[in-house]
Amino acid sequence: MIPTNYYLILSAILFGLGVIAFIFRRNIITIFMSIELMLNAVNLAFVAFSQAWNHLSGQVFVLFVIVVAAAEAAVGLGIIILIQRNRQSLNVERVDLLKL
Amino acid sequence: MIDSLTQFLNEHWDLIISLVKIMLLVFIVLTVNAYLTWFERKVVAHMQSRWGPHRVGPHGLLQPAADGLKFLLKEDPTPNGVDKFTYYLAPLMALALALTSIAIIPFGPDPIVLLGHKIYLGIVDLNIGLLALFAITALSVYGVALAGWSSNSKYPLLGGLRSSAQMVSYELALTMSVVGVLLMAGSFSLRDIINVQALHAERGLFAWNVFPQILGFLCFFIAAVAETNRVPFDLPEAESELVAGFHTEYSSFKFAMFFIAEYTSMITVSSLCAIMFFGGWLSPFPLSWTFTHYLPSLILIPFGLWVIWDGIRYETIFGRIILPGVGTVITLIGAVLIALPVVNEFIQGPFWLLSKIFVFLFIYVWMRGTLPRFRYDQLMSFGWKLLLPVSLANVVITATIIMLRGH
Amino acid sequence: MNVPLIVFFALAAIAVLGAISLILQRHPIHSALSLIVVMVALAGLYLLMGAEFVAAAQIIVYGGAIMVLFVFVIMLLNAGAEERTSFSSLAKFAGLPLAIALMGCLAAAVAGSSERVQVAAQSGAPAPTKVLASQLFQEFVYPFELTSFLILVAIVGAMVLAQRDSKESHL
Repeated sequence: MIPTNYYLILSAILFGLGVIAFIFRRNIITIFMSIELMLNAVNLAFVAFSQAWNHLSGQVFVLFVIVVAAAEAAVGLGIIILIQRNRQSLNVERVDLLKL
Repeated sequence: MIDSLTQFLNEHWDLIISLVKIMLLVFIVLTVNAYLTWFERKVVAHMQSRWGPHRVGPHGLLQPAADGLKFLLKEDPTPNGVDKFTYYLAPLMALALALTSIAIIPFGPDPIVLLGHKIYLGIVDLNIGLLALFAITALSVYGVALAGWSSNSKYPLLGGLRSSAQMVSYELALTMSVVGVLLMAGSFSLRDIINVQALHAERGLFAWNVFPQILGFLCFFIAAVAETNRVPFDLPEAESELVAGFHTEYSSFKFAMFFIAEYTSMITVSSLCAIMFFGGWLSPFPLSWTFTHYLPSLILIPFGLWVIWDGIRYETIFGRIILPGVGTVITLIGAVLIALPVVNEFIQGPFWLLSKIFVFLFIYVWMRGTLPRFRYDQLMSFGWKLLLPVSLANVVITATIIMLRGH
Repeated sequence: MNVPLIVFFALAAIAVLGAISLILQRHPIHSALSLIVVMVALAGLYLLMGAEFVAAAQIIVYGGAIMVLFVFVIMLLNAGAEERTSFSSLAKFAGLPLAIALMGCLAAAVAGSSERVQVAAQSGAPAPTKVLASQLFQEFVYPFELTSFLILVAIVGAMVLAQRDSKESHL
């Protein structure tokens, strides 16, 4: 069988890559996608532990994380549409003033 | 040498048999697709009092071959300014997903026993078979959306957006309408769904899921027709509306891939309807009527004789050779079924399943020939305001009845 | 080298390559496609661990709904390839090594953790959906109803946010 450590290392690598994408990219939508990547990495850790301890709560929690990510994506993309409409740009460096 | 070969065969039996089954199934599905286009053109033509393809071979039977050759040999231009990776990816994705969904469908109950190993009819039987099919349906939205966007042109973009919005909307109603069947069967596996209907097989026709779940069946069928972008929901790809919708800028083989993907998803939806609501491989006659086991032969032999008789008097010489040959083969198959009872018993399951799939495909083509298409806002309001509440109501009613009855 | 291990490494490699592609691609649609690849690879990993319902939910919800939303927004907003602006020189030289150091610290913290975590689970026995569902509807019914309310709030919020400008004065 595959030791749980392998899954956790993969989860850590994916989370780190998500952080890197979050910091280095300038398009708002790509930054948002890196947040989804980080959530996925956390889901992987949850399911790995659920398998290790043979307890189903990990998988139930993953379902909740997926649902919350869906709600967050809907609202976040609405905000992104508004930003594009008001500032005509999807570059985060141009969204640094409270007043246009 | 032979010893090591047989030992290799025995050790990796599952893998080899799966590979052979996959190749066979892909070949069969692609051929059925080709002749489905012939069938559609013929039926729609006869409904419109004209003849359809009847020149290319006897009764137009070689028309799919001509079309296939045309698709392969036609010029394949790539428009200017397209996003190359996505442009090439979209038809690939559509075709790959459509063909993958056929792998989950079981075609018969009994396995063939060969060299001591059992070969089941159907590539795999997943515990979450139905859920995996919905996952594949959910992913197929990308084929349409990416095709429309990557074409760098107004009409495909609009067509792609509209089409994918329609597919996402009807996906909800599709999934909800099936929950009633799942509550009755207690499992996602397609074989289990049929086996639960087989528990009352002595009632024949009335054991099928369609009678308790008539509302679910209607919702599922309508949502599935919308999901596959067929008439009356084919506004995004109708010729008079948006040129050709999301596949305007595609030609020759890439267009053929979209085409094959659409017809394959039609076949998948028809088999799902047959399996979930109409008993799959169960016969509509009660189990005790064993004389109905001769029905396949009873259909094949007269049909074969009619093909021979029609072929002898056909107008072209080519037809006068081919058609009687095909007719003889069909008659011989029918005769073999009467002569060998073991084969006859084995063929009952697949025969009924294939007939039901054929009936649903005919209904699809029938709707194409008869119904006008929905306007886009009518389509969306129908999906969200009528179909989704009705399928939710079906779930609630089914759950209440199961809870009260206790089974 | 048994088959599950090979499958694990293949899926893990696909996931990591997809994530790296998410960082390196310039056009947001290609990043979105890479993220879809990561999600499908993760669904494969969930299947390998025996969590079949979670794998299906991941593909249907994440891959088939959330990412479709992302792709729609990218198409509607006509997001183009990112322009190349200059980094501050500190970010250019110290950024990437520090980021990789962060990743390494996370991975090392997990890999060097105690022997408890190295429990190789009994089997990849598939968790029956029935047991998962009974847990969801009995033990976790309160969070379940709360998430349905949360989705309702999100739908109303998204509709209000994306409305046309003509109503803005009334908001």
